[in-house]
Amino acid sequence: MSAMTVVSAPKQRWWNRIAHPGQFVAWTRPLLWPLVLCTALLFAVGLWFAFFNSPQDYQMGDTVRIMYVHVPTAWLSQFVYATMAVSALGSLVWRHPLADVAMKAAAPLGASFTALALFTGSLWGRPTWGTFWEWDGRMTSTLVLLFIYLGIIALWRAFDDQLRGARVIAVFTLVGAVNIPIIKFSVDWWSTLHQPASVFRADGPRMPGSILTPLFVMFFAFTFLFITLQLKSMHTEIKRRRVMSLERRAVQGAADA
Amino acid sequence: MNAFGATLARDLRLALRGGGDVLTLVLFFVIVGVVVPFAVGPDQALLARLAPGMIWIAAFLSMLLGLDRLFRPDHEDGTLLLLRQADLPLPAIVAAKLVAHWLLAALPLLLASPLLALLLSMDLASFWRTLLSLAVGTPALAAFGAIGASITVGIGRGGLLAPILIAPLSVPVLIFGVGAIPAGPGPDQSGSALLFLAAISLIACATAPFAAALAINAGED
Repeated sequence: MSAMTVVSAPKQRWWNRIAHPGQFVAWTRPLLWPLVLCTALLFAVGLWFAFFNSPQDYQMGDTVRIMYVHVPTAWLSQFVYATMAVSALGSLVWRHPLADVAMKAAAPLGASFTALALFTGSLWGRPTWGTFWEWDGRMTSTLVLLFIYLGIIALWRAFDDQLRGARVIAVFTLVGAVNIPIIKFSVDWWSTLHQPASVFRADGPRMPGSILTPLFVMFFAFTFLFITLQLKSMHTEIKRRRVMSLERRAVQGAADA
Repeated sequence: MNAFGATLARDLRLALRGGGDVLTLVLFFVIVGVVVPFAVGPDQALLARLAPGMIWIAAFLSMLLGLDRLFRPDHEDGTLLLLRQADLPLPAIVAAKLVAHWLLAALPLLLASPLLALLLSMDLASFWRTLLSLAVGTPALAAFGAIGASITVGIGRGGLLAPILIAPLSVPVLIFGVGAIPAGPGPDQSGSALLFLAAISLIACATAPFAAALAINAGED
């Protein structure tokens, strides 16, 4: 008899289990402090490498160290959008409640990383190219990406009903995800100055190891920073929603009494 | 008359008979073009060089401005609710509204563009190329606009939001639209740009009704 009930009960996978916001918070809260420590450690090691244990560039001098912030944030600007697009898919297809939360939490983070990549890029461009801004393919497509992020944030702020808004925003996020490669391609076609990809290439990286090591450490440091901040802001969003529903219930109770 | 045609005819009739803002948009388009010489100076050669880009910007802005009337009146008087229950699937209805939107918001601009060409002292050859690239590119702008309008239709204060959302997505249309007009020395790539523009238009018009219908359904329940 008991075997029967076990078989007929729906199998609870982690996917379904974390669909409950409370369970998600309970499961992921212990992860938070280790993640913070990990991020701090990676940043400490990465910054030490970047400032003290990596060579100057023979042309650019010390300004090459901007790369250790610029390249990881530029990579995250795209990675965060991919995270948002996958969450949007989860929100539209499976109506996973936490996909909404993940989507909302990621948007400001992605916008910050994109803005940081643009900012460090222009600081780097001034001494090396002689200009803060150039209408070049990669820079322009990153700028457009920033505008898309800001549009999504504005959209989140405009919806009163966050649950209903989430699915509409998911549609827009996916439309953007389809469109971003087209924008990238068209802007590249339009004009080009930025160097082409030089780390991830089929024939191996085109940089010496002394620069690659700090770059990869910083790369992981920023990625861990994103994961930590994402988890924390998801927790905050869940709490905010709970407070809102409690307030609604309190107002309803007051009206009934 | 089938349902697709009826939806199309209804939108056209409403816009043309109800003291429509079709002429207002055309006026806006012309005024944007007229303001340019005041800003950059009345140098004929400079104006002729800027003219294709200015006409594209004017068309881009006027089409963004006209977005809000695509779904919002139907949402406010409840027609959208009825349309969602109709026998005709919602993507088909959106497609009909998209065609009506192009006829009302883009075609008048094409008809008014000779006036701007004259004022900005374009030569005849580049005017024809501009007209061709506008005709090929505006369906894509209308399609992106339909997505933006469907996303913001549920928001009370969404009027300004749709252009903000759609403008970054429309960058490729502008790039290939202006690229399709041969300008200056150097290798002429306008032919391939026009083909890319046509491809973007076709893809956008084929997929936008589904995306817009999805957004309307997601936002309305």
